[in-house]
Formats: sequence, C-alpha cells, structure tokens
Amino acid sequence: MDIFLTYALAFALALPLGILIARLFSAPASRFTSGLLRLTGVDATRPMNWRQYGAALLGTNVLIGVAAFLLYSLQGGLPLNPDGIPNLRWDTALHTAASFITNTNQQHYSGQNSLSYLSQLVGITALQFITPAVGMAALFAVLRGLRGETNVGNYFLDVTRAIGLLIPASFVLALLLTSQGVPSTFSGAKTATLIEAQTVEGQAVTTQTIPVGPVAAMVAIKQLGTNGGGWYGPNSAVPLENPTPLSNLFQSVSIILFPVALVCAAGLFLRRRRFGVALIAVMSVMSAALTLGAVLSERQPNAALSGLAAASGNMEGKEVRFGTDATALWGAITTQTSNGSVNGMLDSFNPLGGLVPQLGMFLNDVYGGIGVGLINMLVFVILTVFIAGLMVGRTPELFGRKIETREIKIASLVILLQPLLVLGFTAATVALPSITANSNPGFHGLSQVLYEYNSAYANNGSGFEGLGDNTPWWNVTCAVVLILARFLPILGPLAIAGYLAQKKAAPETSGTLRVDTPVFAGMLLSVMLLLQLLNFAPALVLGPVAEQLTLSSPVNTGATK
Amino acid sequence: MTTSDQIQPTETSNLPQPGPLSWLRFSLFWLVACGLAYPVVTTFTAGTLFPAQANGSLITRGGAVVGSGLVAQTFTGDQYFIGRPSAAGAGNDPTNASGSNLAPSNPALRERVAATSAEIAAREGVPASQIPADLVTASGGGLDPHISLAGAAIQVARVARVRGLSANRVRELIAANTQSGVLGLGQPGVNVLRLNLALDAAQ
Repeated sequence: MDIFLTYALAFALALPLGILIARLFSAPASRFTSGLLRLTGVDATRPMNWRQYGAALLGTNVLIGVAAFLLYSLQGGLPLNPDGIPNLRWDTALHTAASFITNTNQQHYSGQNSLSYLSQLVGITALQFITPAVGMAALFAVLRGLRGETNVGNYFLDVTRAIGLLIPASFVLALLLTSQGVPSTFSGAKTATLIEAQTVEGQAVTTQTIPVGPVAAMVAIKQLGTNGGGWYGPNSAVPLENPTPLSNLFQSVSIILFPVALVCAAGLFLRRRRFGVALIAVMSVMSAALTLGAVLSERQPNAALSGLAAASGNMEGKEVRFGTDATALWGAITTQTSNGSVNGMLDSFNPLGGLVPQLGMFLNDVYGGIGVGLINMLVFVILTVFIAGLMVGRTPELFGRKIETREIKIASLVILLQPLLVLGFTAATVALPSITANSNPGFHGLSQVLYEYNSAYANNGSGFEGLGDNTPWWNVTCAVVLILARFLPILGPLAIAGYLAQKKAAPETSGTLRVDTPVFAGMLLSVMLLLQLLNFAPALVLGPVAEQLTLSSPVNTGATK
Repeated sequence: MTTSDQIQPTETSNLPQPGPLSWLRFSLFWLVACGLAYPVVTTFTAGTLFPAQANGSLITRGGAVVGSGLVAQTFTGDQYFIGRPSAAGAGNDPTNASGSNLAPSNPALRERVAATSAEIAAREGVPASQIPADLVTASGGGLDPHISLAGAAIQVARVARVRGLSANRVRELIAANTQSGVLGLGQPGVNVLRLNLALDAAQ
C-alpha cells in the first residue's frame, strides 16, 4: 500500500507541477519573479550564452561555498549560538561546505550538537533551497541549448524562478508535517521526568531531554529539494522527524515529486512530449526494478536472528510504524533521486537490500537529483544516439543537430569521471587499513567504503553510517569527489548544449534516428545498464554479493551454534 | 512556448553581464531569505496552527511533563511493557539518537541479539522461536516508541500477573494504545509509553 500510494500520488502531482514548471521557464518573468529579482538588486534582463551562464553559476556557487565554510569555521564567535558550540575543525568545515553546496548533504560531523543555530539556518537550510534551484536552472539552460537557442537564458532569473517554486511548496509540506507531530518551535529542548528512573553506569537518570526546534521547516525542503540532510542524526528514522505512516507518505512522495515533474516539464519545454514519455518510461522501469529488489530483500529475515527469534522481515535499523516495505521503498527512491535521507539504517539492510541503493546511485538518473538527474540522463541519450548512429552507419544527430567529436569527447569525460573517482578512491582507501575506519568486518567493510565515495559522487549523502568518517582523509577526499562530481557534470553538458545550438539544424526526415520510440528507449536502457555493470560489477561482487553468499552458507548463519 | 522550432541558429549574445559584486549580492540575499525569513515564517505559522505537535507532542501527568508520545522511554520493571533495544546513547537518549549500524554479517549483532533473546525468553517464558523480530532488534533512530502487536501479546501474561489485572483488561488497554496508519499505510504499533501510563492509571 505504501509503495502503490507513493508512486501514484507522486505521478498524479508531478504532471500538473511539470506543466507549471514548463510554463514558468518559458514565459517572461512573472510579476512575482521580477519583484523578487528587484529585491536582490541584480540586473537579470540580459540573456546569456552558455559561457556566461556557466560563469555566473560557478561564481555564485564559489561565493556561497566560501561563505558557508567561513560560517562553520567561525560559528563559535558569531551570534545565534546560545549553546556555545565551538568552531568546526577545518577539514570538517571544508567537507560540510562542499557537501551542502553540491546538494549532497553528506554529514561527517557528529549529530545535532556540532552546529550553531546560525550555521544550521543560513549555512544549511538556505543552501537546501539554493542548490536545487541551481540544478533546475542548469537543466533549463541545457534544454534551451538543445532547442537550438544560443542564448541559454539568464542564470539569476532562472534561480529566482526555481526558489519561488520551492518556498511555497516547502511551506505547505512543513504545515502537513507539523500536523503529524514534527516540531516547529524556536524554544529550547524540553525536559521530561521519566516514569521509571534508570541507573546508567552507577548514576541515577530521572529525566529525558527531548530536542525540538524549527524541524518541520527544514525537513520540508530537505525532501522537496533532493537534499536529504536531516535535523536529527538518524534523519527520518527518528519519530520526531517522521512521526506517522502518513508523514512517511508525505515525505516519500516529496522525495520523487520534483525529479519526476522535471522530466514532464522537459518533454513539454522541448515540445517533444513523446521524448519526455520515453525518458519517464526508461526511468520508471529502473525505479520499479530497484524498489522491488529492495522490498523483496528486506522481507527476508536478518541472518543474525536465525534461531533466536521468530522468522520475519529484517527489522534491525527499522521502525515498527513503517515496517520493512515502506523502509525498503524509501531506501530505493532516496538513492535513485540523489536525496539521501533515510527512514531506516541502510548499513543494517540485508546485503542485497544494501546493494539496491548502491545501484541507484551508480545510475544516478532514475529521476535523479533536481535538474542534474535529467542532465545525466541527457548525456546518456547523446551517447546512445552516437552508438546507435555507428551501428546503422549514419551521422549521429540529436533534434536535427549533428553530434561530433567535441560533443562526444565531453560526454565521455563526464561518464568516465564516475568510475575513475569512485573506484580510484575506494581502492586507495582500502589499501591503507589505518585510514579506512570501517565499523563492520569483512566484505561489508568494503561495501561501506565503496558506499561513501559512491554517495559522494552521486551527490546523494546517504551512508552506511557505521563508518568513522570524520577524519581529515575522509573529509578531504570526499570534498574533492563532491565538487568535481557536481560541477563537471553540469558544465560539460552545458557546453555540449551550447555547441549544439550553434550548429545548423537539419529538418527531420524518415531517415532520422528517432529518439522517442520504444526501440530507442530500450537501447538507452541497455546502454546505461551495460556501461554501469561493466564499471562497477567487480566492486559489487567483492562487497554485497560476497557478503550475501557467505550469509547463505549454513556455517555462517550461526544456525548450528 | 512562444517560438517555433528554430532552423537557423540565433546570434550568440555577448552582452556585458553583472559581475562578481552582483553575484555576491544575489547570494547573500537568498542566504538570508531562505535561511532566516522562510524558517521564521513557517515555524511561526505551524506553531500557531498545531501548538501541541509543534512542541514535541508532550504527555503530561498531574501537570508534569512525563515524556513525548514520539520518543521511547526505557522500562525494565516487570509491571511494565518493555520496548525495543535502543542504540541511542545508554538507551532511548534523544540527544544521542542512533541506530546500531551493525550489518547482518557482523558477529557483534548476533551476540547482542542472542543476549536479548535469552533475556526475553526467560522473562516471558516463551521459546525463542516465538519472540517477534522487533523485540530483539534496535530501531533506526533508537527512539522507536512502538512495539509490534505480537511483541505486546507475549508480554500480556507477565504484566497481568504482576499487576493483578485480568489478561483481557490488559488486552483492552493494548488495543486502546495501538496506533495504525491511515489508508493501510505502514504497520500498526503499540505505543509503549502510553500503554504503561494507562496501566498505571488503571490501578
């Protein structure tokens, strides 16, 4: 029921939202948008070419990243710090800034107690709005290029349009979540007197501290903006952050809402509805397969319980109110969409259930992160057009424009960056056990390391959280992966679109390779799966697959003990 | 949607664009608008519409706050229903919310489960094969306020005996403190803190 309602509601809302987005980015600036722009004091009337657009995107992101880094590094002496929280260490501040400027929300600092209110609001929540808006803006710049426009839009106008959508949507979701029990207050933590006093290490404990805060406002944009970074450490598994099965439905739908809506919007914006439908179909096939895999895996008992409890689904790291299905569903969609929030602990999933999030992040465009997921998909479309063109001996072209050496070089670089960074750093880290800091032994330890870099590259932010990752090695290497994996896959495709737009378009004829047919969709699916399988199958066999195989053998299940 | 498919490429614009100072102004504006204005307005509105939920769904008894309906408390006495194992600090500590993050292949998980399972089997007088999985597993956030219906059922006999209540009366209280998702969402769960408060009140 959770699974059906999540997909049904997300698609029912995504279509009208997609239409709205396509209109918003096609029409001249509305009065609302112009008003917002006037407040920023930036002249956003002049159209930009792709280089100017890319420069403005990179420039503002560098400035915001530096501002966030300074904020975390100096928070101890800044206002809105009632609890006297000290500055973040330089490497933690660097990683946190890189993580939040890239829409990733990977958190290496420990818990809620490391950030002041100012850092939490301006350094985290604001970036959770700005970064998805940047992704959406970049997508529409690429789409304009693909429409043949060398003026790819105005960056400041596009970002403002996107934030103008995200704020009201988050406001509504925050109210819905509060109605279910997510805290919304600026007052300090509450103290409760325990019903039954406890003794902990010889000390009597009679009270319980219940941390509250402006949680709902943050959780709303965390989900709608494919961000994922939560208020409480264990994210939406904590009942205060996700109190009921209904709040869980709201949040699950929000995870995929904008990513799906943007694919609808792209089809309309390109005036190629059938192409949009083909993309949605390819993505949905993969999404359904991944979700099904996770659900079936988590319905299996946890091997550690065999003989010690009644056989039922794997409940380690899961909440009773959600059960295994809704948790497996969340694990699958949060990693397909670059969201990275969790409502159960992925580290404790059964091995094959833990494989599903890894696959979702390797693909990273099954709906994908806001804007960037679809851009990733378009790179695969270009590659597939190229391969298909070679197979039939025709010059590859997309929407009438020839794809030539320069475009394919850029696309290949963008695609090859992923295995290079993810596998390269994983190999380097496991080669030096002293820096690995994994908490689980054996094959699962390799999975933990692979997961961390995979999550960094996918700008996802979820983790096998047992990893002791707040060290200079982890912080610096992850920051490098995060930044390269965010900006090169945006700027590369922007350049491709810019170059394509400068080319003369040939009218489509019966000889044109069509990209909106089921045959092409099948081709696209196979190219993506084959490529990612070739890249990552060996690492996955050594990690989760090996773990599953050892668990299945009777010697290791402990059943004989 | 104003122009039709362009066959001819348009001219590349090279208009001068706002420079770094504008980038800075634009960035600072949105950092403040999204980081301060939005959370303040949203939090104030939500707190006005739903005051009880906005403050942590607190439960009071005799005027004193005794917990939150959304946060588990540790119970050990035989007169109480006992919740799930917790990896949050010393147990159910919301300032250290955490799952165990132990993989199914980790021997440490099996050791922990074996100890919990033996404890429950002895306390409730049931074989291990009847202990529901949720009672021997740590939750994701370490604060799960619920146990499964089966997890409550195996504790009925003990609580009824210690408190001198009939098993049926205890079952009624369980039913009254069972929370289910609307539209068949999620799984029904028994709120342990609310159930134990109801038991105390019933005597």
